[in-house]
Amino acid sequence: MIPAQFDYVAPTSVADAVAALAEHGDEAKVLAGGQSLLPILRMRLNAPGVVIDLGRIPELQGVSEDGDHLVIGAMTTYAAVLASEAVSTHAALLNKAIATVADPQIRHRGTVGGALVHADPAGDVGAPALALGAELVIAGQGGSTRTVAAEDFFEDLFTTAVGEGELLTQIRIPKHTGWGAHYEKFVRVSHQWSIVGVAATVRSEGGSIAEARVGLTNMGSTPLRARAVEEALVGKEATDEAVREAVASVAEGTNPPSDLNGDADYRKHLATVLTRRAVLAAAGA
Amino acid sequence: MTITEDRASETPAAEIGKARTRKEDQRLITGRTRWTDNIQLPGMLHLAMVRSPFAHATISAISVDEAKGAPGVIAVFTGEDLKDIQGVNITAWPISADQKTPDHLPVAVSHVAHAGEIVAVVAARSSAEARDAAELVDVDYDELPAVLDLKEAAKDEVLAHPDLGTNKSAFWQLDSAGQGSGGDVDEAIAKARDGGIVIEREYRQQRLIPAFMEPRSTVVDPTGEQVTMWSATQVPHVLRFCIAATTGLPESKIRVIAPDVGGGFGGKLQTTPEEFATLAVARKLGKPCKFTETRSETMVSGHHGRDQWQKLTLAAEKDGTVTGLKVELMADLGAYAAIVGGGVPVLGAWMFNSIYKFGAYQFNTTNYYTNKTWVDAYRGAGRPEATYAIERLMDELAVEVGVDPLEIREKNWIKHDEFPFTTVAGMTYDSGNYEAATAKAKELFGYDELRAEQKQRRESNDPVQLGLGVSTFTEMCGLAPSRILGALSYGAGGWESASIRMLATGTVEVVTGTSPHGQGHETAWSQIVADRLGVPFENVEVLHGDTQIAPKGMDSYGSRSLVVGGEAVLRAADKVIEKAKPIAAHLLEASVDDVEFKAGTFGVKGTDKGVTISEVALATWTGHNLPDGIEPTIDADATFDPDNFSFPHGTHLCAMEVDTETGATKMRKYVCVDDIGTIINPLIVEGQVHGGLVQGIAQALWEGAEYDDQGTLVTGSFVDYTLPTSADTISFITDHTTSPSTYNTLGTKGVGEAGTIASTPAVVNAIVDAVRHLGVNDIVMPCTPERVWKAIQAGSPVNTEGERDAAPHFDEGAPNQDPASGASEGSGQ
Repeated sequence: MIPAQFDYVAPTSVADAVAALAEHGDEAKVLAGGQSLLPILRMRLNAPGVVIDLGRIPELQGVSEDGDHLVIGAMTTYAAVLASEAVSTHAALLNKAIATVADPQIRHRGTVGGALVHADPAGDVGAPALALGAELVIAGQGGSTRTVAAEDFFEDLFTTAVGEGELLTQIRIPKHTGWGAHYEKFVRVSHQWSIVGVAATVRSEGGSIAEARVGLTNMGSTPLRARAVEEALVGKEATDEAVREAVASVAEGTNPPSDLNGDADYRKHLATVLTRRAVLAAAGA
Repeated sequence: MTITEDRASETPAAEIGKARTRKEDQRLITGRTRWTDNIQLPGMLHLAMVRSPFAHATISAISVDEAKGAPGVIAVFTGEDLKDIQGVNITAWPISADQKTPDHLPVAVSHVAHAGEIVAVVAARSSAEARDAAELVDVDYDELPAVLDLKEAAKDEVLAHPDLGTNKSAFWQLDSAGQGSGGDVDEAIAKARDGGIVIEREYRQQRLIPAFMEPRSTVVDPTGEQVTMWSATQVPHVLRFCIAATTGLPESKIRVIAPDVGGGFGGKLQTTPEEFATLAVARKLGKPCKFTETRSETMVSGHHGRDQWQKLTLAAEKDGTVTGLKVELMADLGAYAAIVGGGVPVLGAWMFNSIYKFGAYQFNTTNYYTNKTWVDAYRGAGRPEATYAIERLMDELAVEVGVDPLEIREKNWIKHDEFPFTTVAGMTYDSGNYEAATAKAKELFGYDELRAEQKQRRESNDPVQLGLGVSTFTEMCGLAPSRILGALSYGAGGWESASIRMLATGTVEVVTGTSPHGQGHETAWSQIVADRLGVPFENVEVLHGDTQIAPKGMDSYGSRSLVVGGEAVLRAADKVIEKAKPIAAHLLEASVDDVEFKAGTFGVKGTDKGVTISEVALATWTGHNLPDGIEPTIDADATFDPDNFSFPHGTHLCAMEVDTETGATKMRKYVCVDDIGTIINPLIVEGQVHGGLVQGIAQALWEGAEYDDQGTLVTGSFVDYTLPTSADTISFITDHTTSPSTYNTLGTKGVGEAGTIASTPAVVNAIVDAVRHLGVNDIVMPCTPERVWKAIQAGSPVNTEGERDAAPHFDEGAPNQDPASGASEGSGQ
């Protein structure tokens, strides 16, 4: 398991990192936590000429609050997000989803930003980011930045709005204080990628659902947001029967993969069951 | 010379039975030890293998020029370059006189028969340079059609080895009528069809991949008089023999060392192309060479396990008394006959009848080649397959008769007062008590309470159903009586060897021919010797795994090490005592007849005079004062060849919850009560049982090697080959009953494979039991949630005639019989 030879640079600021990207162009691969990139390199599925390691850029680390938003640096590890009280208070869904990622070793190395940019549809961060209406801050050449809504961020399998010469720097999440949350992850063994995952967060009022947000993991080439289901849930009581009816169509229009863990139809069935369970759990039912 | 006066003061506590922590664990767990890959020799080169991406092809040309010019590269060899010295990977067990066996060259010369086969070897100064250069070797292949499916292989339409003219390797039969150990099975079945019960089933033993922790690694030093090979192997002695038999190197010029080896589970019971290729390159270059595989290479090149179709016909009387069992196996050997190879299914031949008193029995296996990775021993080797089949069938019989699965077993098993019992397969089980183990397991499990809960869940139509699975297994361990192996045309004996060296300073070296790779022999053998010789546990050093230190041995596999190798150690210790006795008598100025040995001291009967065995060892070493004419040594060797196998057994009970909405399964409780005879170290036994259970449960739930229709291994990494971790398992409840083996002094039976053999059917029986009322009577392994859910969807509690579906027969497309329709295998293709 030895990668092909590559050059290595470790910039210490976003500006330097973006400059390095400009210098090396598509020869370069960005290394965040390395939990996807390193296996790819070691199995020689990819052989970049240069690896740009973001691990020494302090400004990309950590969780902070900015008014009604949480701001998570792209290089913040899963473990750091899990440990953040701000995240569990204001974006409980992200906390619950990240708690299911792989195993403790990977959660101490892997980063939220790395996972989002890698954009594996079976990853567990995309669906909660979508459901929570996250905004992704992207740094470009010459000190420029732009902000992309999560719904516009995921373009296709392993493809995001982050363009050539650009870098994801922050994830801004509108606070969902007081919302119940649950991530229903379906796997055969605990360290596996999601076969299907459902991220649900719910604001309840007097026993019924006032607002709901639902994101789907591994039900298409990108994480998906189930808007029709979200709307159908509004005003519903958090009962098995009411939720079952509201989420019945969650798999409509999805295009999940077929593989050793299940064919597309099975995944569609799973999504329906898991969405009901996730919403009920999020609503505290 | 001190004569101990107060020798009778204390008898040290018995070591046998003590839960000692393992003396070897500190270095093994920290990795600060002699793994093969840790070995660095001066001037050592590193190898990388170029492997075929095609399942079946001829090699038309290989261009190595670019690779030869790459940085750090010393040489690149093709099969053509090595063919005079590379030897051949042989099978030790041709199961029939007319077995067809394709030549298995370590480095292919003109034909590759599975993806992952080696076609060239690069030697470079660093392993990184070797791997870089391996990508520059340009091989032209002419692809041939590949046969990948076992049933397709049987049709002989596409051939794995066109030169053989057939995919069929061999056929082997055991027939109770023919050998006189029972009646005619076809008669028994015919009789049962007329008023009795006939259960016909076809079960699939999926292909598994041994996942030892340490990937295989080999270092060869060709300098010096002997060529020395270090290898991460279970079988250094077998390896030395095979090298001598096929490479032209005299056996006396070969030293093989298995240093610390990180697990095997049968996966390192092999002589591998990588070992032979490394040896050939080192000899060609005259320099030490190392090859360490990546995990991806293990997956495609290390041998796989299981892979059978099992067609089974069980005959019984109306009341459930079993009368006959006919077994027809198709076994996939993969591309080549491996070292045990075709013998793996044969090892199951005596075990399908298990603990039950069948009147008639027939076992048939037909072995086939396919263009997939070769198949050989994997924890249990033949016996898990047999146990799965019979334990699944006994549950089906219980359903037919309408009784509890434990009741049908008790009706048919050998009673404890019937031992020794000669089975319908011709094996004599010496001891056991199935009633006692079952009673204990039932109580620990809370069987009746769980049955009540199951009933309640069914009645309330709970989305989560509960099922109870039973497995009352036995196995044959302690491989093996050499005469039986000879009768089966196996290429070696089954004895084991040991030596004990009494050192001058009071410590003891124990040399064993077994080759531990994680089992804890160093601890257990020390306990045996400490007890027998009355020396401190800490003073015993166990040496192994080096043909220069332990020149004779048959290595470790098949739960044989303690049963056969431990007995050899014990017998060597007894010889030491016998040799020391006249010297002790001389020192004590007593007659030999008056000297007795107890707790480490030779004493004179009726006196308090005594001399310790360590004192005798020192006196022997100085040689100053020995009896006239005596040889100045008390060291001793022993070789033990067992008269019979040992037959551990046990009752395993498993409760599984099945989420009928998703098909997800969750283990609720697992109890096993194993009878493995005398226990030397209960802590080591616990480790073996727990690990073994997980491996067997993994076959039921998680693991399976899958290929696409090009012959590429889809489950080629641990992303897709879903090995469980501790996070996926529960805490098991284990206990024991003890009926000692009568074929060895210690009464041990072996525990290395018990958990794996017993647990697989217990789990699947539990899952099927949970959803049987929904019309399900089988789920193909691994029982993925998708398969379970689809089985529930396809279930038909009543058929069109309004009756419960009788046992399905061997019709095309019977529900849940075909993995491609049963679930997901096809979907990854």
